[in-house]
Amino acid sequence: MPEHEADGTLGSPTDEVRDFLRRRREQIAQRWADEPLFRAVFTLSRDEAVEAGKAVVDALAQVADAQRVEDPDAAGFTTVREQLARMGAARSRAGLSTAQVSSELAALRPPVENLLLADLPDASPDHARACVTTLSVLMGTLRVVVMQTALTEGQALIDRQRLQLLEVATPVIKLWDGIVAVPLIGTLDSARSQVVMETLLEAIVDQQARFAILDITGVPTVDSLVAQHLMKTVAAARLMGAECIVSGIRPAIAQTMVHLGLDLGTVITRSSLADALGYVLHQLGVGIVNPTPYGAGER
Amino acid sequence: MSEAFPGPVTGHVPVLRLGEVLLVTLQGDLHDSTAHQLQEDLAETIARSGATGVVIDISGVEIVDSFLGRVLAEIAAQSSLLAARTVVVGMRPAVAITLVELGLTLPGLRTALSTEVAMELLTRPTPSSRSAGTRQESP
Repeated sequence: MPEHEADGTLGSPTDEVRDFLRRRREQIAQRWADEPLFRAVFTLSRDEAVEAGKAVVDALAQVADAQRVEDPDAAGFTTVREQLARMGAARSRAGLSTAQVSSELAALRPPVENLLLADLPDASPDHARACVTTLSVLMGTLRVVVMQTALTEGQALIDRQRLQLLEVATPVIKLWDGIVAVPLIGTLDSARSQVVMETLLEAIVDQQARFAILDITGVPTVDSLVAQHLMKTVAAARLMGAECIVSGIRPAIAQTMVHLGLDLGTVITRSSLADALGYVLHQLGVGIVNPTPYGAGER
Repeated sequence: MSEAFPGPVTGHVPVLRLGEVLLVTLQGDLHDSTAHQLQEDLAETIARSGATGVVIDISGVEIVDSFLGRVLAEIAAQSSLLAARTVVVGMRPAVAITLVELGLTLPGLRTALSTEVAMELLTRPTPSSRSAGTRQESP
């Protein structure tokens, strides 16, 4: 008897699930609306949550209709992908880890499964099990889709922030007529040092700066790679006709550099930005005079 | 090759004389033979006129390859043999980055941001030693 059923209705569990999803659309959406995932995302109105749930059920039915229950790239998911991404993002913002969001998604399965079993009271155990398995696979695929979307979102965010960081982290400051400074903060890798070099050289041309100060107070470690980047920047600035001074080398870093045998060659170095500025002003023939020595008496 | 070359500069690059200083302005892509010609012209002009400085403006040059880089270094070296100082002026940022990435830091070359700064540098009485980096700072 079970064999006959399996033969006669090939792929029927999928069709059964599809029909069930379309038939019970309203009830499933109602039950989902009470689950923590939907309740937490749609705080304003329950109707909205029900609508969102219906959309997801429709998408699942469409995927089942296309016989692609295991395919996260199935066409049916594209309509709800954005909505799912929004839900996932909302949960992540609420401080949930990816695993927690995933388990919240898993909690969507039991109510649907119970409904399905209730719908198949007189089906053979084999058939019922096949239907439930199909549904589980479908819900699993939904989980994969949400996770995939969340990860893509996260990656896009990281990429955007990295670009922003590149722009934000390399300001070129005009200290005086003909003097520009770049305070470097954070680890200096190839991509960043390239940006630093380009922005610095552009600033040198724009402001006709004869002196440029590279302040590395905010660079935590100086290894041979960083030293090489510094040398390149200094050499490029010199080729354009500007003199480059490296400042902000802390005692510990100076020690490390000597231990590593790093040679900054002909690069002029000063211990602090103030020292570097003093040196440059002297070179330009500019002096700063304090008219009231020792900072004015009365206070 | 040089006949077929449709580009801007072939033959001689004009060498202008401003008092004790010779001024050369390079525009566009420079042909290899033109660069060589310029090198010879400059040597002869310095010897004949007794100029004490050479200013080469390359702000109009978009590409400086290793050959042109070497020619510039050689011009500087031969000029200093003839008792003239050479200043290269107005190198573009992209050109500077390319040269550094090529490993051509041209250590014997003096550089300046603008022709004005270069003239000031050349008319300054102190003939400072090779690179600006070794200049002494008095406290």
